[in-house]
Amino acid sequence: MKRERPQSIADYGPLFFPAGMLLIFFVVPFGTMITVSFFQRQEGGFYTPAFVLSNYERFLTPFFGGVLSFSLMLAVTVAICCVVLALPFTYLLSRLSRRLQVFWLVALLSILSLSEVIIGFAWSTLLSRTGGLSNLLVAVGLLNQPVALFPSFGAVLTGMIYQALPYTILVLYPAIVRLDPTLMEAARTLGSSPVRAFFNVLVPALRNTIMATLIMVFIFALGSYLLPQILGRPQHWTLSVLITDQAIYQSNMPFAAAMAVFLVLVTLGLVALTLLVGRKGEKA
Amino acid sequence: MSGLVLNDVTKRFGTFAAVENVRLSVPHGTFVCLLGPSGCGKTTLLRMIAGLEDPTNGAILLDGADITNVPTHKRNLGMVFQSLALFPHLTVGENIAYPLRIRGKPREEQKKRVDELLSLIHLPGYGDRPVSKLSGGQRQRVAIARALALSPRLFLLDEPLSALDAKLREAMQVELRQLQQKLGITTIVVTHDQREAMTMADTVVVMNGGHIRQAASPVEIYRKPADTFVADFIGSTNLIETAADSSGAATIFGHRVQGLALPAGTQRATISVRPEDVHLTAPGSGAIDGTVTFVRDLGGTIETFVEAGGQQIIAVSTPRERPDVAAGQKVGITLSPDVCVVLKQ
Repeated sequence: MKRERPQSIADYGPLFFPAGMLLIFFVVPFGTMITVSFFQRQEGGFYTPAFVLSNYERFLTPFFGGVLSFSLMLAVTVAICCVVLALPFTYLLSRLSRRLQVFWLVALLSILSLSEVIIGFAWSTLLSRTGGLSNLLVAVGLLNQPVALFPSFGAVLTGMIYQALPYTILVLYPAIVRLDPTLMEAARTLGSSPVRAFFNVLVPALRNTIMATLIMVFIFALGSYLLPQILGRPQHWTLSVLITDQAIYQSNMPFAAAMAVFLVLVTLGLVALTLLVGRKGEKA
Repeated sequence: MSGLVLNDVTKRFGTFAAVENVRLSVPHGTFVCLLGPSGCGKTTLLRMIAGLEDPTNGAILLDGADITNVPTHKRNLGMVFQSLALFPHLTVGENIAYPLRIRGKPREEQKKRVDELLSLIHLPGYGDRPVSKLSGGQRQRVAIARALALSPRLFLLDEPLSALDAKLREAMQVELRQLQQKLGITTIVVTHDQREAMTMADTVVVMNGGHIRQAASPVEIYRKPADTFVADFIGSTNLIETAADSSGAATIFGHRVQGLALPAGTQRATISVRPEDVHLTAPGSGAIDGTVTFVRDLGGTIETFVEAGGQQIIAVSTPRERPDVAAGQKVGITLSPDVCVVLKQ
């Protein structure tokens, strides 16, 4: 079907509502943040309007560089772990009976209803020396005596994967359910074992979905600021933790805003790069 | 023996028997069509042969070896699915080479075989195209080529032509049959289209309710249907009740049919008479009396609807032998005994 080009202002009518929403809920807050990031901080006070670059300059130190790269590395690891775990799980889920599928999806949705604080403290209890997991490993014989498994990088990673996994599964689920089940059967008739077919048919056929899911989980994990504080040591704190610290406890809005702007730009850059690479891969 | 043998194969889903006690023997190199209405169990039977479903009971033998418990990927078969199931992330050539790649065949051998198959399906030079750029008929051919890439022992097709338009479907039927004869490969096709089955098959297996109703050559299925279901399902037919008289000869609506006898001990039976075997004559002279209710002149054929003995009988004739009748006219119906097939009860 060929569409006519819009002739008058009225033809753009349907766009006004989304455009308005975008303006109020995205452009205005983001604009405010950018503006504030150039303001001058008042020691002991709040900030005064100005145009200074000192907030950004302060950011360009090895310390913040390290925090930024750790944040990115953590988010990428969480995204990859989540997709690697969720992909086979969701595929097996899609082959269960309708009733079992509904049960699992409801269970996953109930995890989403937990707040980050509860997830953090639940895992800190589980991973503590007196808590369940360590004692369980002793009982199985893998450990000699109970140890505290937190605070550590592993604990941060575990908590964040636990939090992001339901999202990952819920994003992958529709695509996997819609995938023609005869594709896998065809692969089997052509000589692939079910496991090989999973890797050489299902995964490549879902390439775009997997890419989109990776980006989603990556961005989701980048914003996490509570779990690294609860489950990690200070060296496991992400940029989001520092932004929260600056904005709320140090009352340094301009610096927090500058870090936030920088984080958004880096994220957008990475997403753009990923899409670009993905598109090139498709053409080749 | 060589070929495919099904021994009392049964498949139950819960209490529902999709396929029940199917016995079938397919000699090497034959083209078999599983034909039946939807839900008759034909697809389930094919999927069991492919190993995609496990039989509840019974055994499947290929060239004398029991393959009932052999997983699909070790059965060495080629299958074309109703959805075709071409891999969307691969090109035409990569799709066809998939089974070769899985088995680690060298790249040159893959390329050679792909070129060979592409020319076999009349699509030379299409190897680098994405699958999404092909037409329906071309995809069909690619799916066939992919299934044949390893020269499998069995070639299975599940409603392969149902997505094509009528004209292309007819052409592909002929092409598929010629391809099968050229390769001499044992082929089993599931279809609900009886024209398709008649065009392609050496043996037509008519199924209903999970059972095989009749397995025979297309002509025999048409000329000598085994029971009411087969007679009615294949082509159109007149099903007429007959009774034996005191001397044992069959009577239709009280008229004796010379030369037609019911099997010994049978008092009543249903016979099938194809519409083109019904002859209309002048009333009287020993013919069955009837009244013409409607004449449908289709140009190529003329269908005359006659009411006789409270039942509607259809006669089909060619324009050359056009019966000179009109609605309301009394006519006589003559049936020669060799066109009356006595059906199993």
